[in-house]
Amino acid sequence: MGTSMTAKLILRKEEFEVKSGMTVRSALEKLEIVPESVIATRQGDLITDDELIEEGDVITLISVISGG
Amino acid sequence: MKCRKCGAKAAINMRQHKLALCKQHYLEWIPTQTQRFIEEHHMFSPEDRILVAVSGGKDSLALWDILTRLGYQADGLYIGLGIDSGFGYSDKSLHFCQKYAEDHRLSLIVVDVKDAYGSTIPQLNEKTPRGKDKPCAVCGLSKRNIMNRVARDGDYDVLVTGHNLDDEAAVLFGNTLNWLGSYLLRQGPVLEADHPGLVRKAKPLFRFYERETTAYALLRGIEYIYDECPHAEGAKSIYYKEVLNQLERNRPGTKLIFYLNFLKAKEGGLFAEQAPETDPLNTCLTCGQPTSSPEQCAFCRLVERSTP
Repeated sequence: MGTSMTAKLILRKEEFEVKSGMTVRSALEKLEIVPESVIATRQGDLITDDELIEEGDVITLISVISGG
Repeated sequence: MKCRKCGAKAAINMRQHKLALCKQHYLEWIPTQTQRFIEEHHMFSPEDRILVAVSGGKDSLALWDILTRLGYQADGLYIGLGIDSGFGYSDKSLHFCQKYAEDHRLSLIVVDVKDAYGSTIPQLNEKTPRGKDKPCAVCGLSKRNIMNRVARDGDYDVLVTGHNLDDEAAVLFGNTLNWLGSYLLRQGPVLEADHPGLVRKAKPLFRFYERETTAYALLRGIEYIYDECPHAEGAKSIYYKEVLNQLERNRPGTKLIFYLNFLKAKEGGLFAEQAPETDPLNTCLTCGQPTSSPEQCAFCRLVERSTP
């Protein structure tokens, strides 16, 4: 059962539901995503990881690691 | 968090520099810093003809953008590897390079590996034991050979690549774990053309974190291929980057200090006396490029073995 105080984080094809009111960095730590490996965007704008996640936010995470 | 320069809302925070910047000031800061690195390491001058190796990814397209904005004469080189993997990876990569070149009226040289050598990179991998074990090694070998050949034949003064600090730190980490003395000796932001037929190489983005080159591409609106190369899945370089990011998470600046202090130590002669002498280079009998082999270079041997 979902609560009304949630937001969504998207990383490639995965979607994570997180509680609003926490910072982006806290959400990443909670999801065990290394903050240094992604850039967070909201509505196409880059946001720093001290931003508070608000109710209904959809935060898209851009993976920065490439290699081979 | 606020931009240190103007107090507007910050778009990026660089913890290792304790520096947060807004979009406008970040887009100014990156080229200014790049110019500083180019000058500090005597990479090239505005009179030089530069060949930028572009893959369609964020780093190389960001580099091309920065160099042309700084006023350098930079042509692009795209190497078509023939990797499809069900989603047209190489075709998509080429599309982003062509689009960037067209939008900015820049010159792009395209070399298709299959057209030039008869096999795609996946086909070369299939036909050789080396490729089956290490697909990235065959790809790297092929790209190095082609990049140097095109730069040499086109009389370019320098070949530049979009390697960032994470790339360099991951390579350094791997070489250190294995104590590969000769590789450690050669690693750096500039590789001098120390043999006839070798073109000078430089990595102007070597001090930026991968996060920063990504942020630059996003903020500048550069369209790039976001999909990872399908052959890179499970690559050691990615694993090393993840390990280094774990260290960075707890101690911002770890990656930067690891690499910069390595360069300082190397300059100070830390490795010079202990590393074995490298063999003198010969000239490949087939392509005329420098090689440690007495006859054919590794790339020409690979192509010959894969030709039916």
